[in-house]
Amino acid sequence: MSNPKEHLYQKTAFDLVSGFKNKQWKAAEIAESFLNRALDTNKKLNSFICIPHESILDHATLLDEKRNSNEDLGSLACSPIAIKDILCTSGISTTCGSKILQNFTPYYDATVVEKLKDKDALIFGKTNLDEFAMGSSNENSFFGPVRNPWNLDCVAGGSSGGSAAAVAGQQCAASLGSDTGGSIRLPASFCGVVGVKPSYGRVSRFGLIAFASSLDQVGVFTKDVRDSALLLRIISGQDSKDSTSSSNFVPHFLDSLSIKKKWRIGLPKEYFQQGLDSEVRQALSQSISLLGKNKFEIEEVSLPHSDLSIAAYYLIATGEASSNLSRFDGVRYGYRASNPKNLNDLYKRTRSDGFGYEVKRRIMLGTFALSSGYYDAYYKKASQVRTLIIQDFQKAFEKVDLLLTPTAPFTAFKIGEKTKDPIQMYLTDIYTTAVNLAGLPALSMPCGFDSKKLPIGLQLIAPRFEEERMFQMAHYLEKEFHVQNSKHHIVL
Amino acid sequence: MKNIKFEPVIGLEVHAQLKTHTKIFCSCTVRFEEQENKNTCPICTGMPGVLPVLNRKVVEFALKASLALNFHINPVSIFARKNYFYPDLPKGYQISQYDIPIAEHGYLEIEKEGTIKKFRIQRLHIEEDAGKNIHRADKSYLDFNRAGTALIEIVTDPDFRSAEEAASFVRNLRSVLQYLDVCDGNMEEGSLRCDANISLRPVGQTNFGIKAEVKNMNSFKFIEKALLYEIERQTELLEEGKKVLQETRLWDSDKGKTFSMRSKEFAHDYRYFPEPDLRPLVINNNLIEKMKKELPELPDQRRKRFVNQYGLPEYDALILTDTKNLADYYESCVTAVSDPKMVSNFIMTEVLRYLKKHSLEIQENPVTAENLSKLLIFIKNGTINGKIAKDIFREMFTTKKSATQIVQEKNLSQVSDESSLQDTVQKVLKNHPTEVDKYLGGVQNLFSFFMGQIMKETKGRANPQKVTEILKELLKTQRS
Repeated sequence: MSNPKEHLYQKTAFDLVSGFKNKQWKAAEIAESFLNRALDTNKKLNSFICIPHESILDHATLLDEKRNSNEDLGSLACSPIAIKDILCTSGISTTCGSKILQNFTPYYDATVVEKLKDKDALIFGKTNLDEFAMGSSNENSFFGPVRNPWNLDCVAGGSSGGSAAAVAGQQCAASLGSDTGGSIRLPASFCGVVGVKPSYGRVSRFGLIAFASSLDQVGVFTKDVRDSALLLRIISGQDSKDSTSSSNFVPHFLDSLSIKKKWRIGLPKEYFQQGLDSEVRQALSQSISLLGKNKFEIEEVSLPHSDLSIAAYYLIATGEASSNLSRFDGVRYGYRASNPKNLNDLYKRTRSDGFGYEVKRRIMLGTFALSSGYYDAYYKKASQVRTLIIQDFQKAFEKVDLLLTPTAPFTAFKIGEKTKDPIQMYLTDIYTTAVNLAGLPALSMPCGFDSKKLPIGLQLIAPRFEEERMFQMAHYLEKEFHVQNSKHHIVL
Repeated sequence: MKNIKFEPVIGLEVHAQLKTHTKIFCSCTVRFEEQENKNTCPICTGMPGVLPVLNRKVVEFALKASLALNFHINPVSIFARKNYFYPDLPKGYQISQYDIPIAEHGYLEIEKEGTIKKFRIQRLHIEEDAGKNIHRADKSYLDFNRAGTALIEIVTDPDFRSAEEAASFVRNLRSVLQYLDVCDGNMEEGSLRCDANISLRPVGQTNFGIKAEVKNMNSFKFIEKALLYEIERQTELLEEGKKVLQETRLWDSDKGKTFSMRSKEFAHDYRYFPEPDLRPLVINNNLIEKMKKELPELPDQRRKRFVNQYGLPEYDALILTDTKNLADYYESCVTAVSDPKMVSNFIMTEVLRYLKKHSLEIQENPVTAENLSKLLIFIKNGTINGKIAKDIFREMFTTKKSATQIVQEKNLSQVSDESSLQDTVQKVLKNHPTEVDKYLGGVQNLFSFFMGQIMKETKGRANPQKVTEILKELLKTQRS
């Protein structure tokens, strides 16, 4: 961003907040800059399902008044933050990218949304996603695929593709997503932004429409690591409305960004085997040797049950999903088939017409995995594998402080390239699902570009509730990568 | 097959609605009788994105019930989802407990004619209730006021060998839950629901026959009737060499029969799996000890105390402690009147008779304990006699007037005044010279004839003891 006349929409949340608080810019100017940019580029990216521009402008006016009357301003004052359309927003439609919730408007906020509002963030609309967060490319949305800001013919990654593309495309300062098996890290990798999936229990799931309850976590997309640290602290913490949220202490990630010690880095050998694209491998190797040069201790480790993670993940996630999605029955809200002949007909046609193909595939798969007679062989077995995967990580973290891996085996692929082969599509998640099964925090950040000028993602994985060291390492790497990455630009 | 003797094997599943103020997973008030869907929120109506948070009181109530029923408490129990589609089930699954319930291996001892029989209870678990479908004309409506109300489900072993045993178990169980004040136990209104599994087998055989599940028995009477009907039905089938079908049957109280429900209802695969939105329920010893301390006197203990403290016969104590409310009613009368047996007699005859006649529960009794006590004190101090007391009670029951008021209004207080009684006795003897002669001639039982005539003269208000004295005296003078 060497342009001397930098636009407001290019700035980070951190800079916008300080600029607004210092009266460098008015809230109305910030809102307008981002609104113009977002409305202008959304035709190309399709990253937003809804941009409530009037309420954004109204909110900006209120923030200006608040500042002028010298009231206390929140730590996210006037930073435009987009919300994945799977998080409930009071008074703003929440669709999950599905026909079945096309006209659904909740009357309650997700806890994370409430926390952002409490800190005076500008809630900047709802981003596109794979239907009910089921997908790796954001091609499974009722509202059409999201396009990658680096190459409009490519996918943005999924399922939080809209949230990733909106940050990469400078439509908002930051965004929230959800990650069940890689749904934040994959699109962050494909779109060249920072994406953080926190430890399970770190962030409240209240108001997050559930895909797989034991794996889902809300996380953030930002332009840099500093913004991630700022945002994650705000949305973290125990919530009396979510029994699975943790009472664990939430450190001040932003204040502790400078690296405290030379963290020992582990390279899980199973994450660098066949199937990994050579250019991605090369970019990772460069990052690793850079760390080596800077005297970081680097060690190969093993996560022996890695090959089972995709299978275990797809059994547990679909099992839970088949139950979580039962409430969409056309009885109380959302889409309802017209003129049902009887109750069964109502259920059958509502769900057949209301859900997309991939969602139905997963409901069927999950229903099967939980069926009596198959439960022990599938769901229960997968839960046992999950325990082994947790133990794998525990052993690895006895030797090292952080794991470094590629986020995805390849960079963004062409729209339509993998839609006909679900297995190939599912393998996109090969380096991300184990983290969810183990409830660990992980982060994806850009570490270079391939010859197609598409960003390459690097994943850092930390022990549970050790986000602090993950941010420190990422912040350190970000400074090292800065020069090489600034040569490239998005196509918008 | 005709000469084989069969015995029934019965197990019960009882659902008891807990009397917590709020629902099990949200803070909505538990009240159904209000306007439809008034007591609902995004959580109990299964809106997208919401999560359950367990009500601590529910755990405490379930623990009290578990302790009173001699259960082993599991230090860690797991919530599970029971998946099925029905409009009154907002989430498409019910949160329940499956593999590991909060309590296992309990029992209830029931005394019958001096012998104690122990009935084993397999498990007690916590779960949520569903809403209600309302069908009107061509449309169906839903009321979710009840959705998310806390239930405990109690599953017995197949330990009952007669319909009567099963019904008496439920009666005793209800009494325990009422004493604990965790469930109001109203079967007609559904706060206590009972299903039964019943099969027959030849006497002496140890393995079980094929069972049928019987639902919709919403009173003690119906439990007994439905099970008796089932025993008869299954006996006939077996005697004819036919098979009993494994199925769910509904009791129809109007027809006095059970009917097979659609087989589809039976083919459910509930796809149970651990509820990922709730952590395992951990019960520590401190909580168990706290709950033990809070346990009130239970029916069994109270019955024994009634025998010891008030000198009541076992039979009286058993009846009076049947429900907590009746026992409380009795005890507040005894405190005021201090004549335990007399109070017991009056309640067991008059009070219970009227309640039964009007199908009322003791808590609906129009005659308060305070009012009844006044009436009983009138008897005790001789203001009225026992016969008049019964008439007054009837009037108190229908008009809700106090005993004092009725006695005053009708001038019913007993005549104990010597001279006026003497006049009356003299008059009666004068009017019946033949009978007097016969009596003096040795026909002793004519004494009661004179008593009756005197009571008739005084409209029953004469003090019977005084009359007896005077009558004896005057007859003696006649003789001489």
